[in-house]
Amino acid sequence: MKPDPKTVLTGTHFLKGNDAVCEGAISAGCNFVAGYPITPSTDIIERISKRFPFTGGTFIQMEDELSSSIAVSGAVWGGAKAMTVTSGPGFSLMMENIGYAAMTETPCVFVDVQRGGPSTGLPTLPGQADMMQARWGSHGDYQIIALCPESPQECYDLTIKAFNLSEEYRVPVLLMTDECVGHMSERVVIPPADEIELSPRRYTTLPPSEFHLFRPGKDLVPDMIKAGDGYHVHVSGLTHDEHGRPVITPECQDALVRRLVNKIRQNEPKIRMVEEDIPDDSDVILVSYGISSRIVFLVRELARKEGIKAGIIRPIVVWPFPEEVFRKAAKKSRPFVVVEMNMGQIVYEVERCAAGQAKTYLVPHAGGTVHNPEDILKIIREAVK
Amino acid sequence: MSVAVSNPIPVNPVEKYLRMERIPHIWCPGCGIGTALNAFIRALDEAGFEPDKVCVVSGIGCTGRVAGYVNLDSFHTTHGRAIPFATGLKLANPELKIVVFSGDGDLIAIGGNHFIHAAQKNMDITVICVNNFNYAMTGGQYGPTTPISAQTSTAPWGSYQAPFNLPKLAESAGAVYVARWTTYHVRQMKKSILEALRKKGFSFVEIISQCPTLYGRRNKFRDGITHMEWFKEHSVIKDHPIPSDINLGFRTETIVGKFLDIERPTYLDAMNDRYQRIREEKGV
Repeated sequence: MKPDPKTVLTGTHFLKGNDAVCEGAISAGCNFVAGYPITPSTDIIERISKRFPFTGGTFIQMEDELSSSIAVSGAVWGGAKAMTVTSGPGFSLMMENIGYAAMTETPCVFVDVQRGGPSTGLPTLPGQADMMQARWGSHGDYQIIALCPESPQECYDLTIKAFNLSEEYRVPVLLMTDECVGHMSERVVIPPADEIELSPRRYTTLPPSEFHLFRPGKDLVPDMIKAGDGYHVHVSGLTHDEHGRPVITPECQDALVRRLVNKIRQNEPKIRMVEEDIPDDSDVILVSYGISSRIVFLVRELARKEGIKAGIIRPIVVWPFPEEVFRKAAKKSRPFVVVEMNMGQIVYEVERCAAGQAKTYLVPHAGGTVHNPEDILKIIREAVK
Repeated sequence: MSVAVSNPIPVNPVEKYLRMERIPHIWCPGCGIGTALNAFIRALDEAGFEPDKVCVVSGIGCTGRVAGYVNLDSFHTTHGRAIPFATGLKLANPELKIVVFSGDGDLIAIGGNHFIHAAQKNMDITVICVNNFNYAMTGGQYGPTTPISAQTSTAPWGSYQAPFNLPKLAESAGAVYVARWTTYHVRQMKKSILEALRKKGFSFVEIISQCPTLYGRRNKFRDGITHMEWFKEHSVIKDHPIPSDINLGFRTETIVGKFLDIERPTYLDAMNDRYQRIREEKGV
């Protein structure tokens, strides 16, 4: 499936990451955005509100992030491709409805332009401390997919990818950018519409009498309908059976939650996106994602001048975590140095996958600016000692 | 010789709108939510909308379970968020008729902000609020509509906070249709719901209901019938009263009626007009 060429701004542009997210969403066929202003994400809804009258989309500025995040689910069940956009404090308010989207298997996209926290924190400055919140923020057991772009170009590409993954797995997909990536301007190439591949919604072909709203296919993902098609479905955040009927039993809970979790876990190799460059003679493996990885590529050059050879693993899809990649890399016992703009989040995943086979070091940073290369070098020197 | 012809068993007209396989429902004996649902279905039947194009959206709580019993596309959302869910649904597919059916705690306390904003935007939805004066699903705690002096599980010495006057709130926030009835007024309730369903814009019907198990038991309405008889004897029908006169007190006169029926552009109409004008200006 291809996007409508009239909506795609094909060409080479000089765009902010936030603008690129907006264009990525439009290219992906997004036609509903509900949002609430919050720095540093606001310029996404500003551009959306300007563009949507000409692309056939509906933008609504809601009264808060609670309403924005559930309006998205409503719009999807009405047949739209929908997204909401926020930053830290708003992301916290959206947690409940991320859980609702996960439970009701509503394909949609949440963008978190991360800033320094906790609480109001650093409204205008970057952070990467919402990564575990993205994974675990709503109550209960569920899985989501989260992507981390490191440039405006990736903001464009990964927004399309986020919509595609949400449709393929019927899951909320979180695009975890940050203030730096959101506000840096770089070259963004937007391809012609016929070179953009979009995943269609998995609408059922069965008649209402044979259709079950939550009966999964082989990949554990059920097909969908939209309201008004005559299927008379019931969608509930309560534990439900394959018909969507509330069934409050341990058995139904077990079947449903296992499937919600396994449909992502089981398909992780297909969802996986990792940039991996580990020469055989590497002394250390640098791990980073999003904006922090831009510094890490520079640090690798600086380390080389000191005679230290570093490999790099950059998860692009951070959730589900690419465990296999790290398990394999840990086998040669080279230390991992994890660079992230928080006091330690993804480092625990790396440590878990290393399972004692390789030492794991963290270069923590509370946010507000990217890492100082020297701080990373210091830990690298310690790691290879 | 005459042949005995068996009379066909009459089918209850509401059945086709219900998921009969889900009956018996979870509501207590004597509860008023079933009465409200019955009136809604009869109004829907009379309105003549294509059932495939009607959606019911509920939040959480006893009334929030309505979505689970109607044989329509129905959505049981998170607590307080039925109205913004309905907003997304309506904007994505304007041909759908969307009814939010929920309780006073869900719509006015945790969802109160969404209620006033959807009214202010004149979002094209019908909101039916069953007001039973307490949070019944969780065991009868006081809520945004509990009258002063009424006892609840978290106001064991009597409530002392002023309750919301829902019609006044809806009117001042921007609703275009506002009515209030009790569960005793089944015909009037059905008529108002029918008018609300046919109204373009944000229409609101408050249905005052008994809750014998939790609210009634603690406040000397010993069963559902007792409370309904009280509604019968203490309700006064007034059209277009002064909104501040329709406050609900504890065991005081209850003013019911159709309070407001005006015209105002809906959110979608206003948006489409504006977008259309801009597209014409830009020649797109």
